[in-house]
Amino acid sequence: MYPQVLLQNRKPDRIATLAEYQRSGGYEGLSRVLEAQAPTEVRQVLLDAILLGRGGAAFPAGVKMMTVAEDAPFPRYLVCNADEMEPGTFKDRVLIHADPHQLIEGMALASYAVSAEHGIIFIRPEYEGAARILEREIGIAREAGFLGKNILGSGFSFELVVHRSGGRYICGEVTAQLNALEGRRPNPKQPPPYPTEKGLWQKPTVLQNVETLCCIPHILKNGAQWFKDLALTESGAGTKVFGISGKVNRPGCYELPMGVRLSEIIEEYAGGMKNGAAFKACLPGGASTSYLTQEHYHIEMDFEALKKVGNRLGTGAIMVFDQHTCMVAATLNLIEFFARESCGWCTPCREGIPYIRDILWRIETGEGEASDIPALRKICKYLWHAYCAFAPGAVAPVEGLLTYFEDEMTAHINQKKCPFKGS
Amino acid sequence: MQTESQTESLEKEIQAAEHPRELAVDVMAAIQARDGYLSDAGVAEAAGLLGMSPVEIEELATFYTFIYREPVGRYVIHICDSVVCWMEGAETIGEHLMKALGIRMGETTPDGLFTLLPVCCIGYCDRAPAILINKKAYGPLTIGELDRIIDGLRNSDDANEAAAEAANPKKQVLKR
Repeated sequence: MYPQVLLQNRKPDRIATLAEYQRSGGYEGLSRVLEAQAPTEVRQVLLDAILLGRGGAAFPAGVKMMTVAEDAPFPRYLVCNADEMEPGTFKDRVLIHADPHQLIEGMALASYAVSAEHGIIFIRPEYEGAARILEREIGIAREAGFLGKNILGSGFSFELVVHRSGGRYICGEVTAQLNALEGRRPNPKQPPPYPTEKGLWQKPTVLQNVETLCCIPHILKNGAQWFKDLALTESGAGTKVFGISGKVNRPGCYELPMGVRLSEIIEEYAGGMKNGAAFKACLPGGASTSYLTQEHYHIEMDFEALKKVGNRLGTGAIMVFDQHTCMVAATLNLIEFFARESCGWCTPCREGIPYIRDILWRIETGEGEASDIPALRKICKYLWHAYCAFAPGAVAPVEGLLTYFEDEMTAHINQKKCPFKGS
Repeated sequence: MQTESQTESLEKEIQAAEHPRELAVDVMAAIQARDGYLSDAGVAEAAGLLGMSPVEIEELATFYTFIYREPVGRYVIHICDSVVCWMEGAETIGEHLMKALGIRMGETTPDGLFTLLPVCCIGYCDRAPAILINKKAYGPLTIGELDRIIDGLRNSDDANEAAAEAANPKKQVLKR
């Protein structure tokens, strides 16, 4: 059993209370930091810890905070991205339901690091239960003096609120989320200016994912070196909450060291493949990553190792496919998702994704032609010219299909039907 | 009448807010909770409350999955059809519900109780196949369990319907 950090207080049926969180060392980091450390020191610790964003983009949290200029105007905002709409991903829900004060303390510390006085948790409507937990526990934290005015007598003030989304995948994108928060149509904006310069209401805004923020109290309590040592690989740092689903016996969230092998996650933690199923492929980090196949079965799951094989760790949401799953149909399902969720703002995304969907649909239903495969390759390339990261994300599984499962596509085209249907 | 007080408290919140438009989703959701859906009049009301134009409200209302611009049933069932639920039988769940309720996707039962809608990944992949009913998640589902849930809602509603309608005639909006 590996050390449990973020999920150490997880219980099967209820959240950890403030008292339980404190018994495990909760809010110790905050009181120590407010007493003895300057914001610049906090930022430096997070930078040294190589805390990479857990929301999918893996951007270093410390670097992002450093881009808030010393003389940047006030008020400054800290936004927690609890939108978590990447298909396959449910770790942030589990983290909030397990230990809400961990997130609250993480936000208080992050806000101190950038001198933000307003914090907002942006949450998807499907997580109404989590939103209510957070509102209640924010109240409890405020009464205990961990939020609000003059926190623990330090002179530092931080107010935290929950913002409910109306529900749309693009709201997870940073600039789209800022538009959503301002009550505008959530189209992405193209930087510069970057949100840390001109974000919410044109003020400096730092946006971090739930899991990233949850790491912060532990890093400040135990140090950057401790955090790096949690990982199994030299390139990794910290633990990762992997959410695994699909054709495994025990789908769920498992907190494991960064760099743990894929085969170990599947066999030791997810209980192996479902009866009779054999591993064929998986998406390692949500719908906007590419496929890992049998040749990657023992890959070390960290940001660097996945980058080396042309993939991404993304959110660490592993979706496992077995030998009976048609990869053309699976990719078609994924691209249907992206076609539905595209905000429609720019042409490559709005027009290109449905085009890909139509070609995949024809292949899956037995109407595909050999020329469809090079056509797909060509269109995928165009989608990299879209306005934001949505379209490049959407083509990741399509490019994975073209790289690893061209034989399945050809079988559909030659047999003029889906070889997996009725077999 | 908790929905009335909800709009009242929202009005206070709007007055106190530095940027009232940040409450746009909350206001639309509150009007929807009161009226059953966001009607044209609801759009105009939201615009008035927030100091925004109706078209600004409209472009938000039509953008978001959980704002309904048409009447919906008392129970809105969102069936997740994204990849993990798809692998675990979402199509069977959807087909069964359509047959059991006698409606197609996007429709509402004639008694105004149920609406069926597809939805993208709801973040319950560990409990696939999963659905949402009025934002509450159910899963992993079998056909038997699904039937029990629907029967339960039908019966609980039968008992409450008369009382609810007597107390709040606005519920008539839900009827087709």
